Amino acid sequence: MELIKVTIDKNEIEVKKGTTIYQAAKKIGIDIPVLCYMNLEHLKIENRPGGCRICVVEVEGRKNLAPSCSTECADGMVVKTHSIRVLNARKTVLELILSDHPAQCLICSSSGKCDLQSLSQKMGIREIHAVENAEVSSYRKDCSPALNRDMDKCIMCRRCETICNDVQTVGALSAVNRGFMSVVAPAFEQDLIDSPCTFCGQCVAVCPTGALTPYDDTAKIIRALADPKKTVIVQTAPAVRAALGEEFGLPAGTLVTGKMVAALRTLGFDKVFDTDFAADLTIMEEGTELLNRITRHLNGDKDVKLPILTSCCPAWVNFFEVYFPDMLDVPSTARSPQQMFGSIAKTYYADLIGVKREDLVVVSIMPCLAKKFECQREEFSVDGNPDVDFSISTRELAGLIKSANITFDALPEEEFDLPMGESTGAGVIFGVTGGVIEAAVRTAYEIHTGSKLNRINFEELRGMSGIRTATIYFGDTPIHIGIAHQLGNARKLLNGIREGRYNFHAIEIMACPGGCIGGAGQPLHHGDSSVIRARYDAIYREDAGKSIRKSHENPYIVKLYKEFLGHPMSEKAHHLLHTHYFDKHKI
Amino acid sequence: MSTFKIQDCHKETIKGICNSFENNPGELISILHKIQSEFGYLPEDIQREVAKNLKISVAKVYGVVTFYSFFTMTPKGKHPISVCMGTACYVRGAEKIVDELKDQLKIKVGGVTADGKFSLDCLRCVGACGLAPVVLIGEKVYGRVEASQVREILDSYVD
Amino acid sequence: MAQYKMHLLVCAGTGCRASQSEEIIVNLNAELKKQGLQYDAQVVATGCFGFCEKGPIVKILPDNTFYTQVKPEDCAEIISEHILKGRRVNRLLYEDPETRKHIEDSKHMGFYQKQLRIALRNCGFIDPENIDEYIARDGYAALGKILAEMTQSQAIDEIKKSGLRGRGGGGFPTGIKWEIASKNKADQKYVVCNADEGDPGAFMDRSILEGDPHSIIEAMAICGYCIGASKGLVYIRAEYPLAIKRLQVAIAQARDYGLLGGDIMGSGFSFDIELKYGAGAFVCGEETALIHSMEGHRGEPTVKPPFPAEKGYLGKPTNVNNVETFANVPVIFLKGASWFASIGTEKSKGTKVFALAGKINNVGLIEVPMGITLREVIFEIGGGIKDGKKFKAVQTGGPSGGCLTEKHLDTPIDFDNLIAAGSMMGSGGMIVMDEDDCMVSVAKFYLEFTVEESCGKCAPCRVGNKRLHEILEKICAGKGTEDDLSYLENLSKVIKDTSLCGLGQTSPNPVLSTLEHFYDEYLAHVKERICTAGRCKALKLYTIIADKCTGCTACIRACPVAAITGEKRQPHVIDVDKCIRCGACYDKCKFTAIHVQ
Repeated sequence: MELIKVTIDKNEIEVKKGTTIYQAAKKIGIDIPVLCYMNLEHLKIENRPGGCRICVVEVEGRKNLAPSCSTECADGMVVKTHSIRVLNARKTVLELILSDHPAQCLICSSSGKCDLQSLSQKMGIREIHAVENAEVSSYRKDCSPALNRDMDKCIMCRRCETICNDVQTVGALSAVNRGFMSVVAPAFEQDLIDSPCTFCGQCVAVCPTGALTPYDDTAKIIRALADPKKTVIVQTAPAVRAALGEEFGLPAGTLVTGKMVAALRTLGFDKVFDTDFAADLTIMEEGTELLNRITRHLNGDKDVKLPILTSCCPAWVNFFEVYFPDMLDVPSTARSPQQMFGSIAKTYYADLIGVKREDLVVVSIMPCLAKKFECQREEFSVDGNPDVDFSISTRELAGLIKSANITFDALPEEEFDLPMGESTGAGVIFGVTGGVIEAAVRTAYEIHTGSKLNRINFEELRGMSGIRTATIYFGDTPIHIGIAHQLGNARKLLNGIREGRYNFHAIEIMACPGGCIGGAGQPLHHGDSSVIRARYDAIYREDAGKSIRKSHENPYIVKLYKEFLGHPMSEKAHHLLHTHYFDKHKI
Repeated sequence: MSTFKIQDCHKETIKGICNSFENNPGELISILHKIQSEFGYLPEDIQREVAKNLKISVAKVYGVVTFYSFFTMTPKGKHPISVCMGTACYVRGAEKIVDELKDQLKIKVGGVTADGKFSLDCLRCVGACGLAPVVLIGEKVYGRVEASQVREILDSYVD
Repeated sequence: MAQYKMHLLVCAGTGCRASQSEEIIVNLNAELKKQGLQYDAQVVATGCFGFCEKGPIVKILPDNTFYTQVKPEDCAEIISEHILKGRRVNRLLYEDPETRKHIEDSKHMGFYQKQLRIALRNCGFIDPENIDEYIARDGYAALGKILAEMTQSQAIDEIKKSGLRGRGGGGFPTGIKWEIASKNKADQKYVVCNADEGDPGAFMDRSILEGDPHSIIEAMAICGYCIGASKGLVYIRAEYPLAIKRLQVAIAQARDYGLLGGDIMGSGFSFDIELKYGAGAFVCGEETALIHSMEGHRGEPTVKPPFPAEKGYLGKPTNVNNVETFANVPVIFLKGASWFASIGTEKSKGTKVFALAGKINNVGLIEVPMGITLREVIFEIGGGIKDGKKFKAVQTGGPSGGCLTEKHLDTPIDFDNLIAAGSMMGSGGMIVMDEDDCMVSVAKFYLEFTVEESCGKCAPCRVGNKRLHEILEKICAGKGTEDDLSYLENLSKVIKDTSLCGLGQTSPNPVLSTLEHFYDEYLAHVKERICTAGRCKALKLYTIIADKCTGCTACIRACPVAAITGEKRQPHVIDVDKCIRCGACYDKCKFTAIHVQ
């Protein structure tokens, strides 16, 4: 690789050819402010429209200022990153952006997490010129079941557009209109619910302002907690414990399972359960379904659909319902852990504690925004009463804890309640890409071969690359496995299957980068993908520390089948734990 | 928005046009030109149909339609009026003509009269600067127009 | 053209067609037939003559008689008098505004005397829909010569030696651009002709395409040979139906003659051209935006580098030149680079086409050698200011340019001088303003255009131009302050300095140049609340002429804000601070005692 010399703020450095000024400056500790630019290195996601012009620098010999995010260093280049000319330009441009942005910071749900707000502080903006007659671009608000769009706050960084089209290949969003009224929106500026949106929420995860925010049911939960007639129980998804701490200033990757349980109990939830329990249940159903299909296939049954696709991820379910309606019989019919939990809670558990279905409120804490949509699906309710009443995100839980003046750090470590709080390491790894299939393999292997696994960790299924493949031997039987995270990779994999290029038995797909740990309900990464990597490590740490690491060994799962469900794929299980899919083909 | 409802015959026409460009998304703009000249405008249903044929998202089609001023999602009047807003026409008083037309027709620029007879738009230089200010009604060019002539010109369009 | 004794050239450009030149052609033909002259004289529909002010134009060859403002009903007289009897129809001749004499011959008209037509060499001389007429004027000879005698680098050297610079605005040396594109290796390269003229006061590209489409085809093929491209694309405004039609006809003819297609003239070189349509976005004049538009996307520009010469259309090396640049290319090879380089100034060679318009007597399309002064253009070619008013400024470069004033009248016009004077060549709009034009309003007009045309991708252009426009509106409404003026200047400079593409990098020029040259006018708007040109409604200054006022109190009663005071039969006075400029007093006064400034 060719090396070139550049001088940045009087520091001479050598960089590889192709390095941008921004990257070169970063190497020597000069942090040029950026706004639209985002580089999630671990995920190979880059947004670089060169549109906000906040990162401009002075390059000697050039007539105009250059955007450092997208200007490559040239040999002998001399760069100034904080001359008066640069600072004045940055400040003026930022003022312009602010002049077309509602000054609602005090009540904005992104306040304190907003990149625009922190940049404005950093740059010391104290007044905005020329606003007395200034027109502001204003658009219709859109509230979908998972996220809210308030495009008055959009700064045209285009991150959401990049994510929705280039990364997720959903194509719900595009830049529309021109000039001052240009904005990112669905076709015809219609509501997201009428678009092909999967509610993966990754647009929300990267939005630097309050333009895209989660739909929030926190207020309803507080009301339910205050209602003496209601029994309110809560389930927490595996990825939450690996990220919640970030909201309270703990380093990324800190596991806060015990404190989280204590916080929920303090908040007044009657029982604190774990979605991991339902994840174990999912493995029992999905794993059995997988083995059934494989056995039938090996026995020469031509009608059997393979590969089997996981169905835990609600955005992924939305995605194939919209884009692959011809393949609706391929995914596993198993419901997601959130919904299995709700279904069991409102039948088995309600009976157990003698509470009527309508008096039991099931709340889920999820790293995910699509879960908000999922729990509102009609097929997951009985006579209008949903199996899961409310789903809130990791960030919203943090908000709830803060508003209840709980000092998170001072909380004791507490344990989940039983029976639905008991879980295995297999349930925990549902939170990362590759985890669901690893959990399924741990169980399916033992059931298929009838022998104990020598090793529990399947390193070959782990990792952060977008598409991964592996072959696991169930005794002599090779099982070909495909794994994809992010919907664009899922599309590639599915197209390959449709065209007959792949020959897999099982495929795991998660819509978000890194899996649920990178979900849109998690604390914002602000463009730093090492945060997601740290959560990834935390999840496997949690798994390694568990005494039981295989779903079928969860004693309360065994008990549940014995007392209530019978056996996996039983008629009752089918009724309560499985679902069907709909053709939602849209353009 | 419009009340246009797509029929099978429309779908056939759109399919034919897209096919003639080999359903190549790179030809989206050419395709939209062809379709607009066929239908007069590009209502929602048509954009959906184009997206379907080209296998691209309808958001992308809409993004393109709303970017270019030549594309319109509302039908024009029977007699579309365009006032040249090139610099030559501007310095020779095109603004006054636009104001007069707005007053007379009681519509805004970009609007259509309630009876659908006239629509009013501004456009960039038509290259008849010698005749500034210039007004086009349909294909007919009116040169050196004065505000006082506007009523008379409009009245000449009796149906 | 040989078998006819006489030719009647009728302008069939858009301007003249708008004033019935098509009917004139029909009538002339009918009249020739009626009088049995159809074998003696031929009617030719040509491209633009340039003298649009006096259109429609009918020119008669071989005597060069130049009839102006011809009407369809004049045709019978032209045929029976001029063609049959050889007598000129005097009343249709151009009348010199100063001497009041009829001028028979276009060569003696002030409008044409200082012009030098290279890019427009064939416009108004040939039938653009007939390839033989182009060939008769040495068309495709340059291509033939290059294919037979020159290597790629020799041909590129010739363009470099000629000193030709891009006529689309930036003025980048064409030869160097070709050289870069030729050096980038790829399996496919493209030649793109930018014909998406969007400047609100310019129509030269359209005139060339309408009047001489083959010159563009020939030049694109030459460029294709030089850079190693076999495909050409013309990105043309969809609002130019006539230019599109003529280009399509010309491409088909060139293919028939083997001048486009495979193995041109047996040289082994293949080249063909396809049309792509613009859809009304000024920003697509910027080459990266143009390329994205051709690819079917929103016409948003991207950061350069990479330049199109490395990564252009469909990711392949692409050379983009505009119409006028290409129109110069064949002549350079025919007459030689040194001939071309002998015309113009040190760093700007050849000629430039301008669309001369505004408050000027001779509106039209002109081509002048680089280095000509504004004074020559405005007062000799343009025939001076309309209605005997006083010259105030000339705006060049359209929305990217600036205003030049009295003091620039004797500056030689070329790329660098215009930039030094705070304007730019742009695509060649030249709008003349007189004393009645308010320069704040002019800046506002251009900003309105930029706001409308900004693509919205980068913040300074999207929001900044909007704010500039709002401040200008505020000043025109009489609500501006001196602080606004300094903010205008800072904001303008930052927009220029930080915008992503050429549109935003030049859009504040109309503001900056008017601020520089007409600061007093701005100051009058914000301090005294006066629009010296009397253009800004809200800034009209109403005063009472004491000598004329009879003290009837009619105005006092009419004033809605009690801004007028005075005793009966004594001259009244208007309190300027209270006055809301409604004009009620002016309407009421029977003695014309109210003065409006």
